[in-house]
Amino acid sequence: MTNDNLIIGGHEFSSRFILGSGKYSLKLIEAAVRDAGAQIVTLAVRRANTKDEESILDYIPKEVTLLPNTSGARTAEEAVRIARLARELGCGDFVKIEIMRDSKYLLPDNQETIRATEILAKEGFVVMPYMYPDLNVARDLVNAGAAAVMPLASPIGSNKGLATREFIRILIDEIDLPIIVDAGIGRPSQACEAMEMGAAAIMANTALATAGDLPLMAAAFRQAIEAGRKAYLSGLGRVLTRGASASDPLTGFLRD
Amino acid sequence: MLKINGESLDLAGVTLAAYLADSPFDARRIAVERNGVIVPKSAYDATVLADGDVIEIVSFVGGG
Repeated sequence: MTNDNLIIGGHEFSSRFILGSGKYSLKLIEAAVRDAGAQIVTLAVRRANTKDEESILDYIPKEVTLLPNTSGARTAEEAVRIARLARELGCGDFVKIEIMRDSKYLLPDNQETIRATEILAKEGFVVMPYMYPDLNVARDLVNAGAAAVMPLASPIGSNKGLATREFIRILIDEIDLPIIVDAGIGRPSQACEAMEMGAAAIMANTALATAGDLPLMAAAFRQAIEAGRKAYLSGLGRVLTRGASASDPLTGFLRD
Repeated sequence: MLKINGESLDLAGVTLAAYLADSPFDARRIAVERNGVIVPKSAYDATVLADGDVIEIVSFVGGG
């Protein structure tokens, strides 16, 4: 296999694992990025720490592309405000749009997400909207200028896996942008399955942050994502509707 | 009085650059918004804080 890079907004990445940086120690980030092989790491924007608190930027290797999210936004306008502040922080033009009005299930507001995507794409951002997997919304996001579409697998932080499998499959089949499965992926096997289906990449945070050994789980996810990608590129073997098909020569042992 | 990250402070007449120099914020790692408008780093010296200003100072934290 020569070049199988992931291309987002004209930028190329050899890794298909986008790593979250929330809910774990800054000191683990470097090992997590290394063992995940991640080239994109998500961040949030909040009121600046005062006093002597350390900056997360000191722990993320310089070659990593930062993907600020707009978490905390409840409307398109708030997301746009956060995205502009993130860009002012001087770490590039990527932004993951995340807009939620619902604080119990943390489900994204698709309509506000379309509006924010349109505004930010016009301002030159590489816009990666987190969304509830709906084909019509995904098409609207494409038209609004998104660089990728990030459907949820199950509620954020739930580790419940591909609850929206069939709807993500529709996006993969119909949308001509990278489909990056975000939120809810709890195990490497689930990441692998999404990649086998043809997802372009996997974003995970809680699955690692709540694992027993974070760097080891990062490595497990990396391998699962790479395995799923290779399986997708290969094309999966067929499934029989019924019956069996011998893998051995169809002769009896020691008989003609 | 004006507000910086929700805290009321008596800093009218002080430049943003002077405030930041004495503050615990790392000026390389922050973005500043004044009354809803981003203040570029190049404008910190020329930005004089005024009564009623609402200043937000943000930075990156871990997130997913």
